[in-house]
Amino acid sequence: MSIRERRRWLALAASFAVSACSRKPGTNEGAAKPASTLTMRPYGERSPYEKVQRDARESTKSVGVGSSRTPLHELEGTITPSALHFERHHAGVPVIDPAAHSLVIHGLVRKALRFSLAELKRLPSVSRLHFIECSGNGGGELAGSAGADASRSHGLLSNSEWTGVRLKILLEAAGPEAGAKWMIAEGADACRMARSIPLTKALDDALIAYGQNGEALRPEQGYPLRLLLPGWEGNASIKWLHRLHIAAEPAMGNQETAHYTDLHPTGKASIFTFEMEANSVITRPSGSQKLAGPGAYEITGLAWSGRGKVARVEVSLDGGESWQAASLDEPVLAKAATRFRYAFKWSGAPTVIASRCIDETGYVQPAREEIIAARGPNSTYHYNGIKRWMIKQDGSVTHV
Amino acid sequence: MFSTLMLAAMLAQSGKPVSAEEIRAIDLTVFPNGSGLPRGKGTAVRGAALYKEKCAECHNEKGEGREQQYPRLVGGIGSLATAEPVKTVGSYWPHATTVFDYIRRAMPYETPRSLSADEVYSITAVLLYWNGIIGENDELNEKTLPRVKMPNREGFVPDSRPHQKTKR
Ligand code: HEC
Repeated sequence: MSIRERRRWLALAASFAVSACSRKPGTNEGAAKPASTLTMRPYGERSPYEKVQRDARESTKSVGVGSSRTPLHELEGTITPSALHFERHHAGVPVIDPAAHSLVIHGLVRKALRFSLAELKRLPSVSRLHFIECSGNGGGELAGSAGADASRSHGLLSNSEWTGVRLKILLEAAGPEAGAKWMIAEGADACRMARSIPLTKALDDALIAYGQNGEALRPEQGYPLRLLLPGWEGNASIKWLHRLHIAAEPAMGNQETAHYTDLHPTGKASIFTFEMEANSVITRPSGSQKLAGPGAYEITGLAWSGRGKVARVEVSLDGGESWQAASLDEPVLAKAATRFRYAFKWSGAPTVIASRCIDETGYVQPAREEIIAARGPNSTYHYNGIKRWMIKQDGSVTHV
Repeated sequence: MFSTLMLAAMLAQSGKPVSAEEIRAIDLTVFPNGSGLPRGKGTAVRGAALYKEKCAECHNEKGEGREQQYPRLVGGIGSLATAEPVKTVGSYWPHATTVFDYIRRAMPYETPRSLSADEVYSITAVLLYWNGIIGENDELNEKTLPRVKMPNREGFVPDSRPHQKTKR
């Protein structure tokens, strides 16, 4: 384009801009005219009227130990917006220059290898939808202090599209030696968070992920690289991944012994309880919401299983006495959140609603009492009991 | 789908060899059999002074812990099968190597990996001493640490779930 032509285009564009601005901004008269100056942003933002946010808490005075919860009751569909993905950090969020970051695979391998980000991205990748759930999700429910809303009861669950390289490809390039059975994955955060992972999982469906919902991972989700172990407790999907140590034995590190183990009344604790079992929660109507009055409503919520696909979700309108099948939004994907829906008519009488998930292995989401019978009240982690909400006479919804 | 040949060609272009020296510089893993432990030594006597200087601010005078989740490090032995189990380094951790591994990689919270190997052995020793697991003058080093028998050494069992019959 010649300079003269370019000037003409710029002048034309400016005159459009002037005519647009000459209208009164910020009002709603006339459908076609821009109502604000918030257009053409290089990186978009939601409407200023939308305020949904995470419930974020630091648990000590030392900054960086804490969690934030996804506001499940205020979201639609199945994808968790990246800005609302739950967080659980043990030593803050590191700022990592991707050009200076790499992944080293070493230990019981024929060839120790270092992969730069650029090298990893050049390899064949896949994008898959998977939930990540902290195994502490629902710990309060088990302990008897039920969450007042779905964020506080189940908000350590999020669901995203993850893009990355299958770990199997990288491991085969390094060549595990005879006797290699475990992989110690370590992050580059301040505490060098590490977990021992059975090599069978690493060679099955594990991903080395660099993408989240179409863009780079968020810093809070492990930028620039994280391990993703579909269906397994979130803590094991090491963020800021920089080292994979192939070994014959697990390291028995702090995060897999002192924490994330389920203590039984016998005094023994289950260790390496990786799979997140079938779970579900009604997100609407749910705690903190209010029905406008008697009439027809949709009950909707999320269901998921770390063992595969959700086969069926059932809804109860009588506190768990009887159950009816809900419909499931397509697609129903393995180890991914699935949205269920159920139409019901609220009479105006106090009603206890609940949901339960049945996965493709035939596993039925249990009641809290069954979990306590199986492993006691102090098992802390991996709670997946049926969540009930009470619709009171005035339409307000509370936890039970 | 990528052919195996194509994939091999792609992998040949990516992933650089790493030297043993580079690995030593970043490898923090300590295994229960002691593999990964650096040379060094320490006792509870030396550890008590170091603990006071570097750890007490958050974990309290003798590992009692503080409010706001600065974890308790001492006590609780024998409590695991009761209604109020207290999980600490002494009562719950199955391997002494884990204490060394965790302190070396993650503590002190604000300045992790600032302690020398001797300092980590010493502080590990004082925590084990306060828990009644070793004596005040027992030396911990890369040979003796893996041999320390923790009270909850046999306390862990494999995943027994699902707690119901399934198709798997
Ligand atoms: C500024 C505060 C602070 C200081 C100083 C500090 N710590 Fe910690 N420590 C923490 C916090 C916070 C955690 C919990 C981290 C988490 O949630 O993962 C912790 C966790 C630990 C744990 C793990 C406990 C468990 O049950 O998992 C051990 C062991 C420990 N610290 C030892 C030490 C030692 C030894 C020192 C001194 C060398 C030290 N800490 C100094 C704040 C501190």
